[in-house]
Amino acid sequence: MYSIFLKEVRSFLSSLIAIIVIVVFLIANGLFLWVFKETNILDNGYANIDPLFELAPVIFIFLISAITMRSFSEEKKTGTFETLTTKPISDMGIIMGKFFAALTIVVLAILPTLLYYYTVHKLSVPVGNIDTGALIGSYIGLLLLSAGYISIGLFSSIITDNQIVSFILSMFLCFFIFTVFDFLGSFEWLKNNNFFVEWLGINYHYKNISRGVVDTRDILYFVSLIVLFVWLTKIKLNSRKW
Amino acid sequence: MSIRVENLTKIYGSQKAVNDISFEVNSGEIIGFLGPNGAGKTTTMKILTCYIPPSSGKASINGMNVEEKSIEVRRQIGYLPEHNPLYMDMYVKEFLQFVASTYQLSNITQKVKEMIDITGLGIEQNKKISQLSKGYRQRVGLAQAMIHNPSVLILDEPTSGLDPNQIVEIRNLIKTIGKDKTVMLSTHIMQEVEAMCNRVIIINKGIIVANGNPSELKSHLNNRIQVSVTFSKSIPPTLVTELQKLGDIMSENGDTFVIESALEENTLKEQLFQFAVQNQLFIHELKLMENTLEDLFKNVTNP
Repeated sequence: MYSIFLKEVRSFLSSLIAIIVIVVFLIANGLFLWVFKETNILDNGYANIDPLFELAPVIFIFLISAITMRSFSEEKKTGTFETLTTKPISDMGIIMGKFFAALTIVVLAILPTLLYYYTVHKLSVPVGNIDTGALIGSYIGLLLLSAGYISIGLFSSIITDNQIVSFILSMFLCFFIFTVFDFLGSFEWLKNNNFFVEWLGINYHYKNISRGVVDTRDILYFVSLIVLFVWLTKIKLNSRKW
Repeated sequence: MSIRVENLTKIYGSQKAVNDISFEVNSGEIIGFLGPNGAGKTTTMKILTCYIPPSSGKASINGMNVEEKSIEVRRQIGYLPEHNPLYMDMYVKEFLQFVASTYQLSNITQKVKEMIDITGLGIEQNKKISQLSKGYRQRVGLAQAMIHNPSVLILDEPTSGLDPNQIVEIRNLIKTIGKDKTVMLSTHIMQEVEAMCNRVIIINKGIIVANGNPSELKSHLNNRIQVSVTFSKSIPPTLVTELQKLGDIMSENGDTFVIESALEENTLKEQLFQFAVQNQLFIHELKLMENTLEDLFKNVTNP
């Protein structure tokens, strides 16, 4: 697993994907949080960086899909899939290696945003008047959400050897699970079940954790989501043997 | 027994790619795996390397079943897949280091250096794989298959698409490193088998149609012999009829005849000599036509 992890991280860094993802993420966030008038933290009046946590899940739908789209598609297309699966590594080892490599890139993208925290911490009156608890919760939520997206992305990548198809499918699935359940929840005809429908979506649990309330039920939701898609990926990886 | 295959069958949908084949390979042997395209060579190799499982039957490497001890088997074999897939955006050294790390080898740097020396990649070792020529890519493929010093090497068409010089180089390379290993290689080139292998297995439509030493197989091809005889001048048709009594005339080109006969080699030669004396002809050339492996291949794969 470790060898796959290292190889993937290296290939992300050398193929510029990682750099582009990190730069795009930071520029987009920087513009929305510090430059654009509507969403500006400085004019916001509150000492928090909430706009970051509203924006990041949406940006990650694109960026994480871009990170994961090639992970299995390319191996299948070039035939290196066969090289990989005839080495003494278990199927789970291959998946987890790729999973943690993608997560590492995401963490590298998120890390610099701690500077925003420091800035707001300094700007707040009195200095340090910022809700650190909610902030830690928000970061945990963002990490769990990213891990969920990555598992969806890996699954999208393994079911096709075409990277574009994988990218689009991954974006669609992430978007659907993140937000569509929210919309569904507001429909009249689902009135009696709308809580359950909302509960199915990522956004409901993400918002809960962002408030700083790290509830085991929400954690369990994310873990189940990750396990589900990793498990589906494993089934598909194993299907060469059917 | 390095490789043992028992009643192996692989079915894709309704098509039987491999149909109930059995064979064994002793350690230290270099065997050639021949067959027309789509005969089941690659499928058999994929089963042996644990890429796909058999539909029924058993395959084992060094006494370990490929399905039950998959990881352990993979550790003991080196595999060069068909078309030699490589990570094009990796550097040669980086790629070999990665492969070495998948086998959890110790002193990886030294192993990589060793393989680069053995496969003659020295001057190309700092290039990206995508920048290498096909011959050098093939060497990288061989290097990754052997980096963990496996006891069994499975090579799927290791010389396909190379120029004649590269073919000879790769062949010598396989011969050198194959000295203390069991090697199973598939190919379409008959000379390759004659040059490298102690044994040949020919497979057609998923069934083994020949298995044995190349020269032995050739001699058993049929018990009729062919001779080519050239007389001093062309002979009239009446004499040709007489010549036919000795055997079937396979081809006739001016004064040269190729005769296939069920007679002993020496009897046939003596009778031809007598025939020439009786008809006041001289024999300019008389030679025995040897069966080639190509003949064998054609014979067993074209029913």
